[in-house]
Amino acid sequence: MATKVEVREGGPATGRPAPRRTSSEGLFRWLSTGSGIVLLGIMAAIAVFLVSEAVPALRANKSNFFTELTWDPNGGQVFGIAALAFGTVLSSAIALVIATPVAVGVALFISHYAPRRLAAPLGYLIDLLAAVPSVIYGLWGVAFLVPLLKTPSEWLNSTFGWFPLFAGEGAIGGKTMLAGGIVLAIMILPIIAAISREVFLQAPKMNEEAALALGATRWEMIRMAVLPFGRPGVISAAMLGLGRAMGETIAVALIFPATFGISFQILTPQGNSIAANIANGFGEAGDIGRGALIASGLVLFVITLLVNMAARMIINRRKEFMKAGT
Amino acid sequence: MTTIQHISTGRRVKDRMVQGLVYLAFALAVVPLVSVLWLVISNGLARFDMEFLTHSMRNIGARDAGGGAYHAIIGTLEQVLLASVISVPIGLLTAIYLVEYGNGGRLSRAISFFVDVMTGIPSVVAGLFVLAFWILFLGMPYSGFAGAMALSILMMPTVVRSAEEMLRLVPADLREASYALGVPKWRTIVKVVLPTALTGIITGVMLAVARVAGETAPLLLTVFFTDSINNDPFNGPQMGLPLFVFDQAARPNDTAIDRAWTGALTLILIVMLFNLVARLIAWWRSPARGR
Repeated sequence: MATKVEVREGGPATGRPAPRRTSSEGLFRWLSTGSGIVLLGIMAAIAVFLVSEAVPALRANKSNFFTELTWDPNGGQVFGIAALAFGTVLSSAIALVIATPVAVGVALFISHYAPRRLAAPLGYLIDLLAAVPSVIYGLWGVAFLVPLLKTPSEWLNSTFGWFPLFAGEGAIGGKTMLAGGIVLAIMILPIIAAISREVFLQAPKMNEEAALALGATRWEMIRMAVLPFGRPGVISAAMLGLGRAMGETIAVALIFPATFGISFQILTPQGNSIAANIANGFGEAGDIGRGALIASGLVLFVITLLVNMAARMIINRRKEFMKAGT
Repeated sequence: MTTIQHISTGRRVKDRMVQGLVYLAFALAVVPLVSVLWLVISNGLARFDMEFLTHSMRNIGARDAGGGAYHAIIGTLEQVLLASVISVPIGLLTAIYLVEYGNGGRLSRAISFFVDVMTGIPSVVAGLFVLAFWILFLGMPYSGFAGAMALSILMMPTVVRSAEEMLRLVPADLREASYALGVPKWRTIVKVVLPTALTGIITGVMLAVARVAGETAPLLLTVFFTDSINNDPFNGPQMGLPLFVFDQAARPNDTAIDRAWTGALTLILIVMLFNLVARLIAWWRSPARGR
C-alpha cells in the first residue's frame, strides 16, 4: 500500500525530491482513513446492539412478534409489531401520496416557472420548512390541523363513505391517520422538492430549447424534455421522503391516539406507528418493555435502511449514466 | 410574408392550467410554513418573558403558571456543543479521506455510500442505539452526553457531505503549488486546503447543528427528563428544549400548553439563529471567491 503511493507521489513529473514520508504524514493518513472506518463501524454497531438488546425481550415474548397486534410487554409479556408496522406504512403512504405531486409542482415552479431572480430565495423558503423542528409540527398539528380537518372529514365521510378509506361510523375527525399523514407530508415535502429541483435543473438545455423552437408550449416542453429526464430522480426523491416519513417520531407521537389495531379508516380517531409507539411507550417501559421497543426500532431500522439503499442506488446509477452520457 | 402560426386554444389552455397548478403547488407548500410560524409567534409571545428564560420548572406544580425553560436551554446548548465536538472531527477527517486519500477505491466508495444511507437513519433509531449500547449494555446513566452521542450520529453524515463538497471546490492548482514547494501532503491539507475551504465547512457545520438542535426523539431515550437545572452533561438526566416542548405539550392544562408554545418559539429562534449565522458566513465569503 505505502509503496504504491510513493511511486505515484514521488514520480518524476512533480520533480519532488524523494517523498518525505514522515511519521506525521502516516499518522494523518491513518487518522482520516480511521475516521471513515469509524463511520462504517457505527452503522454496524447500530445493527449489532439493537439486535443484542432486543433478543432477551423477544425470548420472553409469549406471542408471535410479527403477527401479534397488541403491545403489552410490561404486564402480559405479549407484544407484536403487526399493528404498528401497518400504521407506519399507511401513514407514510398517505404522506407520500399528498407530498409527491405538490413537491414536483414546487420543484417545477423553482426550476422552470419562477422569475430567475426570485427562484433562489423562494427555494430557500421551501428549505425553511425542513428547518422547523418536528416537535413544533406536532404541536401545530394538534392545536391547528386537527380542529381544522373536522368539517372536511365529516363531509368526506358522508359523501364518499362507501369508499373504504373514508368509511367509519361514530366519531369522525380528530386525531386521525389523515391528520398524521398530512403533517408527515409537510415534513417530507422539502426533501422531495429539493432533489427533484436539482434533477429538473440538470435537464439538458439543448433539448428544452429545441422543443421551444419547434413551437412547443412551456408545458409541452416540460413534458417532453424535463419530466422524462427527471423521472428516476423524482422516484428516488420520493423514496427518500418515504424513509423520512416512516422514521418520523415526535410529530406523530403527539398526533396519533396510540391505538392498536389494523383499520383502513383514515377519518376515524385511530392510528399509531413504530416510531410513535417508541416515544409514547418509553416512559413506562420496564426491562422487557425497553427490549421490546428496541426490537420494534430494529424493524424500523431495517425497513428504512432498505428503502434508503434502494433510493441511493437509483440516484448513483443515474449519476454514472449521466457521466457516461456527457 | 410568413406569420407565426397561433397556438391552438386547447394547447394554450392546457399550458395555462399547468402553470396554474404549479403556482398552486408552491402556494400549498408555503401555507403551512406561514401558518406554523404565525401560530408559534402569536401563541409563544404570551409567556416569552424573563422568567421563562431564567427559571427552571423546579417546584412548579402541575397547574401553576410561571416556570421556564432555562434548564432546557442550557441542556440543548451543551448537548449540541458536545455533539459537534464528537462529530466535527470525525466528519471532517472522513471528508478529507474521501477527497484526498480515497481515490475512488472500494473503501472510499463504501464509506461514501453508507454516509448517504446514514443520512436516512431515523433519529429515533439513533436514540435507541445509544440506549442499547451506552445505557443498557455499558450500564451508564441517562445524561446529556448520551444525548449528544445520539445527536452526533445524526450530524456526522451532514458534516461529511458538506465538508466533502467544500474540499472538492478547492482548486487542484493550490495543492500542486504546495507540493511543488516540497510541502508534504498532510501539511498541504492542513495549511492550504483546509483554510481555503474553512468558511464553507463552518457553514455546513452550522446547518448540521441547526438540524439536530430540534431533534426530540433521540433525547427522549437518552437524556430523559428533569425539571431542575443540571449544568453537568456527564451526570444525571438533563433537559433539552425540544424535549421541554414535547413534555409540556403532552400535559393537559393551559398553563403547560402556553409554556410549550413559548418553548417552541425559543427553539425556532435558536434554530433560525444557527441557520442565519451559517448563511451569513456563506454570504460573507462568497464575494472573496469572486462569484
